[in-house]
Amino acid sequence: MIDFEPSEEQALIVETVHAFAENEIRPLCRVADEAGAPPKNVVEAAHELGLVANSLPEAHGGGGERSAMTGVLIAEELAWGDLAIALAILSPGLLGFPVADFGSESLQKEILPGLVGDAFVPGSLAIVEPRFDFDVFHPQTTAKRDGDEYLLDGVKCQVPWLEGGRHVAVIAREEAGLAAFVLARDHAGLQAEPELKMGICGLPTSEVTFSSVRVPAEARLSASDDEIRQMINRGRIALAAAGVGTARASFEVARDYAKERETFGQPIATRQAIAFKLADMAIEIDGARLLVWEAAAALDRGEDVSRLARLAYDQTMRIALTVTDGAVQVYGGHGYIREYLPELHLRNIAGFASFETLALV
Amino acid sequence: MPIDFELSEGSKLAQAHYRQVAVDQMRPISRKYDLAEHHLPTEWVDYWWDEGRFSFHDKAENKTAPNDGFVTVCLQAEELCWGDAGLYLRMPTPALGGSAVSSAGTNEQREQFMSAFREKGGHPIWGAMAITEPQAGSDAAAIETTADFDADTEEWILNGTKIFCTAGEGASTADGGFIVVWATIDKSAGRGGIKSFVVMANTPGMELIGCEKKLGIRASDTATLRFDNCRVPKENLLGSAEVRKKGPTKTGDKGFKGAMATFDASRPIVAAMATGVGGAALDFLKEELENQGIQIRYDTPPRELTAIERDVIEMEAELQAARLLTWRAAWMMNTGKRNNLEASMAKAKAGLAVTKITQKTVQILGPVGYSKKLLVEKWMRDAKINDIYEGTQQINQLIVARRILDYPSAMLR
Ligand SMILES: Cc1cc2nc3c(=O)[nH]c(=O)nc-3n(C[C@H](O)[C@H](O)[C@H](O)COP(=O)(O)OP(=O)(O)OC[C@H]3O[C@@H](n4cnc5c(N)ncnc54)[C@H](O)[C@@H]3O)c2cc1C
Repeated sequence: MIDFEPSEEQALIVETVHAFAENEIRPLCRVADEAGAPPKNVVEAAHELGLVANSLPEAHGGGGERSAMTGVLIAEELAWGDLAIALAILSPGLLGFPVADFGSESLQKEILPGLVGDAFVPGSLAIVEPRFDFDVFHPQTTAKRDGDEYLLDGVKCQVPWLEGGRHVAVIAREEAGLAAFVLARDHAGLQAEPELKMGICGLPTSEVTFSSVRVPAEARLSASDDEIRQMINRGRIALAAAGVGTARASFEVARDYAKERETFGQPIATRQAIAFKLADMAIEIDGARLLVWEAAAALDRGEDVSRLARLAYDQTMRIALTVTDGAVQVYGGHGYIREYLPELHLRNIAGFASFETLALV
Repeated sequence: MPIDFELSEGSKLAQAHYRQVAVDQMRPISRKYDLAEHHLPTEWVDYWWDEGRFSFHDKAENKTAPNDGFVTVCLQAEELCWGDAGLYLRMPTPALGGSAVSSAGTNEQREQFMSAFREKGGHPIWGAMAITEPQAGSDAAAIETTADFDADTEEWILNGTKIFCTAGEGASTADGGFIVVWATIDKSAGRGGIKSFVVMANTPGMELIGCEKKLGIRASDTATLRFDNCRVPKENLLGSAEVRKKGPTKTGDKGFKGAMATFDASRPIVAAMATGVGGAALDFLKEELENQGIQIRYDTPPRELTAIERDVIEMEAELQAARLLTWRAAWMMNTGKRNNLEASMAKAKAGLAVTKITQKTVQILGPVGYSKKLLVEKWMRDAKINDIYEGTQQINQLIVARRILDYPSAMLR
C-alpha cells in the first residue's frame, strides 16, 4: 500500500540524527573542510548513537536492524549537517556491510566487533580508480589466483582513509568478473598517498596503490559479480540520499538568506527570479528524495535495483548541482566567499560525477 | 504504516484495467478525433457512459481488493491519458465541476447534482467548471461575471462571458449535466465576493458561443459561454452567500478559498494526466529503440552511453520523480493532510517534465516523430496543456514559493 510516512521508529531516528546534525555537525563543517579531517569528538559522539552499529549483525555485537530505508533517512540527515563529516561517520559501514554480508566467519570475528566497539573505528572501501574512463563495473585493478593466495595489482583513489582505520575492502577484477577482498591497511605492498580534492575535504581520502599485493584466499569475500553490483547500487542509493541532504541544506540557507537580503528596498525573495529558483529547488529536492526512497524500498524487498539506483543517483547528481549552484547565485558575491555555506556545498556536490560507494546502506 | 512504494492489489487491478481500456477503446480512435476536431467521439462517449464507468467496479474482486484511495484515482487518470488525453477530457463525468461540488457543496448539493452521473441508463452528461474569462486567467480573482440576487424569485442572475471551459459544450447542452460558474456577488469585496454557482445544462440565458481550435487535446471541447441574465435557483450557490471583506476566516468559509481548495484535489489528477501522456511517449520511444536493437544500459558509465541512452535515462528519472510527487500529493488526500504545497509541486513538476519529455521524443525520432503516421507528434501537442491549465507553471511556482518562504500573496505575486 502506497505510503510516504516513515515509521514511528524511523521518525524518531530522523529526529535524533537531525538534532545531532544541527547541533554537532553543522557548526564544525567549515572547520573540517579547512582542516582536511572530521572533528574527532563529533565522529565519536555519532558513533555512540550507533547509526552504523545498529545495522550490523547481532552475532557480532551489532543491532541486527539492517534497513536500506532507515539508512537513507539517516544519510540524508547527516549530510544535511555536512557531507564530508557524514561520510566519515558512515565509513564503518564501508567495511562492515561487505564483511557482514560476504565475509567468512573468521573474517567477521576479526573485523566486526571492532566496528561496533566503544571506540570509533573507521572503515574503508576502495573502488574508484584515477582514470577519466573509469567504469565501476569494470575496474582495472586485477586479482589473480596464485595457489592459496591472490595477487592484487592496481591503483585506487578516493579511498576514505581516516585516522585509526585498520582494514580496507577492495573491489578488483577477476577473470570471472568482480571480486571483493579485505586486507589490513598496512599490508605489504599496499601504499597509500593522501589526496587533496576540490571538496568533501573533511573526509580524508587516499590514492592507494597495490603492487603485487599477496593476500590469503580467505581475504576474498564470497560475493559474486552480481552481488558486488548490487553492493555498488547500495552505494549509489546511500550517496544519492546524502546528495539530497546536501541539496536540502543548500536550499534552506539560500531560502533564509533570500528573505533577509534586501536590494532596491525589498527582500530578494520577493522577486520572482529568486523565488521561482527557490521553488524549483524545493520541488526537485522532493522529487529526488522520492526516487531515492523508491530505490531503497526496492532494496529492502531484495529486488535488483540497477535501474532505480541509476535513476536516483543521476537525478540527485543533476538536481543537487543545480541547487547548490543556485544557492551560490542567490547569495551573489557572498556566495563565492568561504565564510558562507553555498560554496562549500557546491564543491562537495561537484564530486558526485565521480563518487562511487563512499557510503553504503 | 512504513514507507511503501508497492501499490495495493486493488490499485494494481485498476491500473491494469484502465490500461486495457486505453489500448482497446482509446488508442484505435486517437488519431481519428485529433483530426476530426469538434466532432463528438461517439464510440468513446457511449462506451464510457454505457460500460466504461461501471466496468471496473462491476467485478466483485475489484470492488473488494484494498486500494490506495486517491492514488488510485490518479492511476486511472494516468492510464487513460496514456490512451488519449483529449478523449479522457471528453469523458461524460462530473470532472472539475464534480470536484467543485464535492469540495465546496453541501451533502444535499452533492446528491442533487452528482447522482445523475451514477445512475444507469439515460444519455451521457458532463460536468465542467468555468472560471476563466477573457481578461482573467491566472488572476482568478479578477473575474467580472456577476451574480445578482433577485429577492422576489429567490434566484441568482448571472451575467458575463467565460472562456476555455473544458467539456463546456457537453455540460451546457446535454440535459442533466452542469457547469460550476464563478461569479462575483460584490465587486467591491474583491476575492471575498467571488462565489461559485451550479448552472444546469440548457438553463435559459446560458449560451454556448463555440469551441476553440487548439494545439492539442483536440477531442476535448473547450467552450466559450455567454451568460445573459441567466437565472439559477438560490440553492445552486455552493457554500455560503455571506461576503467576507477581510478574506476568509476559520468559520467554514467556502468562498474563494474554498473554491481554490478544489485545486488541491484536481492538481494531482492533472499531474497524473501529464505523466500518462509523458509515459505514452517514453514507452513508445523505448519500444522503438528496442526494435532497433538499442537497449538502455543502466549499468554503463554515462560517458560511454550514447546521447540517446543518456536522454532516455534522464527522461525516465524525470517522469518517475513527477509520478512519485503526484502519488505523494494524492496519498496526503487519503490521510486528510493539507496538500496544497505538494499538489502544486506535483503539478509544476509533471507539467514541465512531460512537456520536455514529449518534445525530446519528437526530436529523437526525427521525421518519424514529426509525422502524423505515429501518435508521437500528437502526444507532444497534448502534453503542453498540462503546463498551462489548472494553474500555469509560474502560478504553481508562486504557490510553492509562498509556502516555502511563508509569504502571503501580497508579498509575492
Ligand atoms: C485547453 C484549455 C482548457 C482549459 N480548461 C479550463 C476550464 O475547464 N475551466 C477554466 O476555468 N479554465 C480553463 N482553462 C483556462 C486556463 O486555466 C488558463 O488559460 C490559465 O489559467 C492561464 O490563464 P491565461 O490563459 O489567461 O494566461 P495569463 O494569466 O494571461 O498568463 C500569461 C502568462 O503569464 C504568466 N503569469 C501570469 N501571472 C503571473 C505571475 N503573477 N507571475 C509570473 N507569471 C505570471 C503565466 O504563467 C503565463 O505564462 C483552460 C485553458 C485551456 C487552454
